[in-house]
Amino acid sequence: MKLLIRGGRVVDPANNLDEVLDVLIEDDRIAKIAKNIKAEVDKIIDAAGKIVMPGAVDMHTHLREPGREDKETVLSATRAALAGGVTSLLAMPNTSPAMDCVDNVRRLKEIIRNTSAANVFICGAITHARQGKDLTDIAGLKREGVLAISDDGCSVDNEELFLQALKEAQENNLLVISHCEDKKLSNGGVVNLGWTSTRLGLRGISKESEYKRVERDIQLTQSSGAPIHIAHVSCKESVEIIAQAKKKGLKVTAETAPHYFSLTEEAVLNYDTNKKMNPPLRTREDVLALKQALKDGTIDAIASDHAPHTENEKEIEFERAEFGVIGLETELAVSISELISPGLLDWSGLVRKISLNPARILGLGKGTLSIGTDADLAVIDPDKEWVVEKNGLVSKSKNSAFLVRRLKGVVEYTICNGKIGYPF
Amino acid sequence: MEKAKILDSEAIARTLTRVAHQILEHNKGSQGLVIVGIRSRGVYLAQRLAECIRKIDHTEIPVGALDITLYRDDLTLVANQPVVRKTEINFDLQDKKIILVDDVLYTGRTVRCALSELIDFGRPQCIQLAVLVDRGHRELPIRADYVGKNIPTAQDETVEVRLVEVDGRDEVVIVEK
Amino acid sequence: MIWTKKDLLGLEYLSLEEISLILETAESFKEVSSRDIKKVPALRGKTVVNLFYEPSTRTRVSFEVAAKRLSADVINIASETSSVRKGETLIDTGKNIEALKADILVIRHNYSGAANMLAEHLNISVVNAGDGWHEHPTQALLDIFTLKEKLGRIDGLEVVIVGDISHSRVARSNIWGLNKLGAKVTVCAPKMLIPPGIERMGAKVSHNIDQALENADAVNVLRMQFERDNEEAFPKQLEYFKDFGITRERLKRAKKNILVMHPGPINRGIELSSEVADGSNSVILEQVTNGIAVRMAVLFLTAQANERKNEPRPS
Repeated sequence: MKLLIRGGRVVDPANNLDEVLDVLIEDDRIAKIAKNIKAEVDKIIDAAGKIVMPGAVDMHTHLREPGREDKETVLSATRAALAGGVTSLLAMPNTSPAMDCVDNVRRLKEIIRNTSAANVFICGAITHARQGKDLTDIAGLKREGVLAISDDGCSVDNEELFLQALKEAQENNLLVISHCEDKKLSNGGVVNLGWTSTRLGLRGISKESEYKRVERDIQLTQSSGAPIHIAHVSCKESVEIIAQAKKKGLKVTAETAPHYFSLTEEAVLNYDTNKKMNPPLRTREDVLALKQALKDGTIDAIASDHAPHTENEKEIEFERAEFGVIGLETELAVSISELISPGLLDWSGLVRKISLNPARILGLGKGTLSIGTDADLAVIDPDKEWVVEKNGLVSKSKNSAFLVRRLKGVVEYTICNGKIGYPF
Repeated sequence: MEKAKILDSEAIARTLTRVAHQILEHNKGSQGLVIVGIRSRGVYLAQRLAECIRKIDHTEIPVGALDITLYRDDLTLVANQPVVRKTEINFDLQDKKIILVDDVLYTGRTVRCALSELIDFGRPQCIQLAVLVDRGHRELPIRADYVGKNIPTAQDETVEVRLVEVDGRDEVVIVEK
Repeated sequence: MIWTKKDLLGLEYLSLEEISLILETAESFKEVSSRDIKKVPALRGKTVVNLFYEPSTRTRVSFEVAAKRLSADVINIASETSSVRKGETLIDTGKNIEALKADILVIRHNYSGAANMLAEHLNISVVNAGDGWHEHPTQALLDIFTLKEKLGRIDGLEVVIVGDISHSRVARSNIWGLNKLGAKVTVCAPKMLIPPGIERMGAKVSHNIDQALENADAVNVLRMQFERDNEEAFPKQLEYFKDFGITRERLKRAKKNILVMHPGPINRGIELSSEVADGSNSVILEQVTNGIAVRMAVLFLTAQANERKNEPRPS
């Protein structure tokens, strides 16, 4: 199979590339990038006026399979990913059962091999059943091919245990991804602690519950020398702590999710459970700090924290509704609307955050269009607008925080391993 | 659009004096009489009638105000009346002769509501109806005992009674819808 | 001003004009309760369902009396007997009540936002009778009604709300309502019972009840629930009464005619002394009487707005 993407604006920050070029794909690899490529091909995609970028690498996805296939499956999530221009994703381990042993990882790999429509990588658990009590067989998980370990959804409260996890992960050349939350401080809260929680009469989640844990984890990184990745950063204080750590040269990376840099706590004022997630939406000040952090590099990556839930789990009282929103299909468009349109990032900047950096953090040779790499690309119409609608969503669950929002940037094609994965 | 002025200020005063005389004559004096006006203009007419009777008979007749909103048979109709006002009847109605007063008698539905409400307040000896204008088009078997003026109208016309207390001047006009 | 909202969810969502209209309408309704025959046919043929997920006798009875004085039929559903135990969702319960062709659903729920959620999913009127820590609009309306009746105005009054502000829907509704009508509100409690950002709602914060009472025209005393004690930071009962309890001694230093209000049920000796509860400054029982008038007005106005919405009449 030969594919020619003609006349698009090719953005590939790994190679300092941002110009109108043709891209030739042969079999499943990038074969050539040049002006006016003449070649016999099976299909030509006219990309005039479009952006041609490496497919997004989403380093924070909840697949729900195995265990909650009513919410999402490997197949439905990877199809949603392709619809959103995402060609690779890292599956978080909080499935049922959790990815806390070699057997469970093997079974998931089998499901992926049989059903996946995109590249799926696995994140193992740090502790058994993510209970924070005893470490998993980290070396065994590594041998089985996991790219990182995390107890996402929970933080490992026990400091010694977490330090040991960091050390073992480093010995095995594995990344530790930390969900930073001190549940004693978040205290059963459901929205940001402050004016909004007071106004709604809901229990609040303090920023301390997040940034105190960011502080602790970074200290442990400092004492162990092991790298750490901070998941879903939501507030200004966390950003400041991470910036300090980076200044000191510590091996810290961080991600945030589109909803944290585009929505404030005010979005929850009508008790919309599709705006309920953990950490919660914060204040305007935090949104501005996150945008700035994306611009200045304090935050390395944008990840969806795609967390599908059924309507039964969302169309109930706010306090009882599940935490989390889906995001694979909107992360690119929200980023374009919120970061590129106002001039905060240029296209190279965005591709770094959403494709190149996550790939590098995970040690994948993806997120670039270098000759010879896997042909994972997205062709984007950067100016076309669309409205997020329940019925239009590919994901099995429809709990998007951006329903009825008008977004800029439409995914025209997603090419995964040299094949047109989207449109389906 | 205003079509015709039926009564001016002087004519209204003369009419009310005449009705007052009729009430006294019919009831053989003012013994046991009370006057209840239907909000809002009926209340002012009730007060004026009481004043006329005082001048003729030198007796003080108790005057009450009735808000019939809560007795309407159709909630949506109430929507046209923004505020529910108070009913104020600070005297006993038991065995009294009630003169019920309204500005215009039309379908009879307002009077029907007023009768239901009055009867919830006690058992009067009788209820008589006095209106400034009877414009016809009844939808219920109701008639007035005292009529200031009969004004035959078409359905697409309305009769507007304007009183100094509410409208700044006294007059009765026919308006085309 | 014409009332157009099918629901009453909270005072945050009402304008000054809308609150005034409810108060004015309630004034007219108060007269009905003083008649020999305390009943008018305004809501004849309408069905009011009281759906209560929290035990509450007084609010439920007040709504029931209000509905009956308007000639509505009333059905009471308490959570003990409802299908909530069988796992039915609140929306489904609401839709079932709607399918019974009820006209007004009065809901009391322990979760904040429950009334908002039902109102969004149902076409019938939803009246919030208290949701979690969020709002208790009819309570605040009757508090305001009582203040206005006693003092002749709301604009410029100084009102102190003392007690567990953090967990109080009564406090929140009062702050919204009083502010819109131009009163100055001070909330008074130990630090741990003041929720963050309450100042932005328009309330001054005080931790000293004697100072707070200095210029107050009224004090609204909230019920203290010391059973929360083991759940989170909470003051000790005796300490609270010493520092914040409303006693005759304290009132001596306040304005002579200061009104003492309480949403009930009162805990004698816990948030206020018996002498104060029964004293001449107390309007606690008048609040109960006024509650009926206010709830009659709310039921009447919401039913009327819904009727108008469903059957648009040619003008």
